[in-house]
Amino acid sequence: MKGIIHLLKKEFKLEFRQKTSLASMILYVLGIVFICFLSFRHTIRGEVWSGLFWLLIFFAGINAASKTFFTENREKSIYNYSLYHPSEFIFSKLIYNLLLVWMVSISGVIAFSWMISFPVQDTMLFFITILLGGMALSGTLTLMGCIASKTGNSFTVMSLLSMPVCIPIMLICLRLTRYALDGLERSLSYNYLLALLLIDVIIVSLSFFLFRYLWRE
Amino acid sequence: MKYPAIKITGALLILYSIYAGLTGPVPRLDILNETIRNLYFHVPLWFAMLFQMGVSWVFALKYLNGYNPKFDIISSSAAITGGMFALPGILTGSVWANFTWGKPWVAEDPKLQGVMASALVYSVYYLLRALIPERQTKARIAAVYNIFAFVMTFVFILIYPRMNQSSLHPGNGGNPAFGKYDLDSNMRLVFYPAVLGWIIISAWLCDLISRHKKINYYLENNETIA
Repeated sequence: MKGIIHLLKKEFKLEFRQKTSLASMILYVLGIVFICFLSFRHTIRGEVWSGLFWLLIFFAGINAASKTFFTENREKSIYNYSLYHPSEFIFSKLIYNLLLVWMVSISGVIAFSWMISFPVQDTMLFFITILLGGMALSGTLTLMGCIASKTGNSFTVMSLLSMPVCIPIMLICLRLTRYALDGLERSLSYNYLLALLLIDVIIVSLSFFLFRYLWRE
Repeated sequence: MKYPAIKITGALLILYSIYAGLTGPVPRLDILNETIRNLYFHVPLWFAMLFQMGVSWVFALKYLNGYNPKFDIISSSAAITGGMFALPGILTGSVWANFTWGKPWVAEDPKLQGVMASALVYSVYYLLRALIPERQTKARIAAVYNIFAFVMTFVFILIYPRMNQSSLHPGNGGNPAFGKYDLDSNMRLVFYPAVLGWIIISAWLCDLISRHKKINYYLENNETIA
């Protein structure tokens, strides 16, 4: 527990010292939303809106999460091995990436409602979807980022690795977002929320279980 | 040849299923007509593929528990064998779909989307193995990805059909099928041997591939694997 807090403190200090990563992330989101606006100006409603929104979250999430492992070099990792338990390490990365993905989604929502529109009727359901979906995405991206960092060549591999495994998450999130957009009755979405929660649990426990095999050379 | 009895049985079962499948009596159903015979070829190929993917998953788990290179070789060979069975599975399905659905690939069908998703997963798996040069790292990381991806594909296959109302596949959503009542006892007599035969043949193929890999391993590292 202490190790997790230490590692998180380190990550945030790095983040605030460099300042570039958060700013670049927000710029990335803004840029994509602007391109979406220019290219889909008259056709963005309903399904298109939710599709674009989740694609944005997915790619911006990959961008954000890839940094956490690509900045770890060999010497740093050896230092970390001697200090922390793998579960502490993976949990700190999970929490950090989770916060990043949530930040990405919030800035995505703001950018979308600023430049395009915010057609969501059931706001509560929409934000619960973002919270749970962000958790699932960040967990997957953390593990995939770790795998991709071992292959040596970075970003392409990371997006390739995460795309097929994120399909079920994206599907459920899209479905829930569509329900939230139309403001359908809540009881329709309970099953999907439960499924998303289950996926969260599976992903977190799998990352926890598999990470110890990944991190040591 | 190791276990000749099992292998010969497998080959005989497949020969029998081809002969009986093409000549035996089948129920006359609307739309399906004679194409129902595809059940003897298409479905067992998919079962064999699923069996190989399962084997690959189990041996990936076993590999992580002790890092025995033998298990990695079996796991990767099973993944390759599964991919080899997916190809004729898609081909037989496409030929069949061309006659019954009117076109070889109907992208709206959830089962085809499931195939697409798992094909992506395993293509990435092969790619990942090709990307990492060092043998032990490759084995470890591929095993981790295999376990994670298999679980996520499983989740996809479990959840997705419940989200979409129906599949175009026979037996789903009220389509005429070899479902509970249509699969008559004559068809069972061919179908189950075909499934068993293809699974045995896939296991044989997997064994051949893993033996080839073991020889390569010996040539590279100069040590044998039990």
